[in-house]
Amino acid sequence: MNTKVKIAGVEFNNPVMTASGTFGSGMEYADFVDLNKLGAVVTKGVANVPWEGNPTPRVAEVYGGMLNAIGLQNPGVDVFINRDLEFLKKYDTKVIVNVCGKSVEDYLEVVERLSDEERVDMLEINVSCPNVKEGAIAFGQKKEALFDITSRIKKVSKKPIIMKLSPNVTSIAEMAKAAEAAGADAISLINTITGMKIDIYKRKFALANKTGGLSGPAIKPVAVRMVYEASRAVNIPVIGMGGIANAEDAIEFIMAGATAVAVGAMNFHDPYLTGKVVDGIEEYMRNYNVDDINSIRGIVE
Amino acid sequence: MTNKMKKEAKVLSQKLLADGIFDLWLETEIAKDTCPGQFVGVYTVNKAALLPRPISVCEVNKEKTAIRLVYRVVGTGTAEFALYQPGDYMMILGPLGNGFPLEKAEGKKVVLMGGGIGVPPLLETVKRLGEGTNKKALEVMTVMGYRNSETFLSDEFEKYSRLYIASDDGSVGTKGNVIDALKEKKIDCDVIFACGPMPMLRGIKAYAQENGIKAYLSLEERMACGVGACLGCICKTKKVDDHSHVKNARICTDGPVFDADDLDM
Repeated sequence: MNTKVKIAGVEFNNPVMTASGTFGSGMEYADFVDLNKLGAVVTKGVANVPWEGNPTPRVAEVYGGMLNAIGLQNPGVDVFINRDLEFLKKYDTKVIVNVCGKSVEDYLEVVERLSDEERVDMLEINVSCPNVKEGAIAFGQKKEALFDITSRIKKVSKKPIIMKLSPNVTSIAEMAKAAEAAGADAISLINTITGMKIDIYKRKFALANKTGGLSGPAIKPVAVRMVYEASRAVNIPVIGMGGIANAEDAIEFIMAGATAVAVGAMNFHDPYLTGKVVDGIEEYMRNYNVDDINSIRGIVE
Repeated sequence: MTNKMKKEAKVLSQKLLADGIFDLWLETEIAKDTCPGQFVGVYTVNKAALLPRPISVCEVNKEKTAIRLVYRVVGTGTAEFALYQPGDYMMILGPLGNGFPLEKAEGKKVVLMGGGIGVPPLLETVKRLGEGTNKKALEVMTVMGYRNSETFLSDEFEKYSRLYIASDDGSVGTKGNVIDALKEKKIDCDVIFACGPMPMLRGIKAYAQENGIKAYLSLEERMACGVGACLGCICKTKKVDDHSHVKNARICTDGPVFDADDLDM
């Protein structure tokens, strides 16, 4: 039985990854999951300098999901390299570092800093966070801007690049094509969907930021549809995510066209979930005579 | 750090303690490592509600490997918890957070101050402060604030400490809040351990600073992961935090108990 998948020349033991921002750099979940069991750890977004993030409340629960407006709080790339990346050296799982910035120059600075780090296998470029005012999603909602930032990052990066796409667009296929045309090695989707919750008793927004990104099982059908559309629009690999709660959900994304999948908000529901999804995929493959995980990719008719 | 787990816990008993306040004993392995002031994440069966509810541990019974949760019903999650009967199972994640620094009370006059649903975590704290020889406090006093005459848990605090009560409506003890009681009774202390609503904690911090008292405050915030990964439940700190490298600390992991001097409230 083969569970290995390949993206831009990087081989992953299985298609199960962590969705950026829901797993720290793995440290907090190492108590619950053997990180070596995962296809890859995708870290929380890292910028060139530390970011404070947004005021609280930053999270709110909604039906079948949650809203977050963390605002990409992070300790900056120096601390990330010295602490988080150092921690990940204890493991041999693949490492994908999520990169965020307020300007193209910010992104380029982080990409260059990480380009020579051996422990980094790939970079995921966050151009789709809905919770910061400058940068981030501004690069991910217009295909011209996405093309521009992708091609500029590709020029300086020595690591393969995954562009993380926003669902808050009119045509996900157009965005996927723009990333591919600019040289992206892969795309990942979906980031969170912009949402809002109002506390009717306090007559206030549930989040200090007013809006936040919706994640969790509530968004899964939207995510599956977008992964399907995007994977049919491009030839580069797609990493699918959005509300994955078990192995069946992961298989659904793979059948929609994803080469790999990421577990996100549901890590908060079950800190052991990523490991369970790995086991569950193997169980599915045994039960349904799937010899190679790659053979069911995009198989939906 | 490595003793955190998500496990099934068996309901041993549950009763109504006061209006909307429930008293729940759970048999769980998590009890072995739980310290006073720590909390657990409690999961609902309702799949539409994904996030664990942070609830402070009120008491620990190591012999019975059981923990006691005293919580207020505030929404659909806690309303579900209130329906559980002895023999039922619930999923919980814990132990979470740091707990009160009992060693800071060693040889000192310590006052435990609780407001409303901030009262419960101080019960295990007051018990531990009085026992053993190592970290024994010189004198333990408690000041508990309630809305009205429903002074839940006060009888138990009385067993372990000199108890003062404040009530919003003046029906029991000092009329007003816990700080009013502290002033009225001229309570002299070196250290304060407190848990309660933010305005109360702000007041305690100011009072402690004016009077040269060390205060340790247990904070509350909307949480998601409970284990320090998502950065949802931060509080502002005066100095750059060692972990975040910005002026934010994680309430779920670096707290919930903080030295008041370190907080930017």
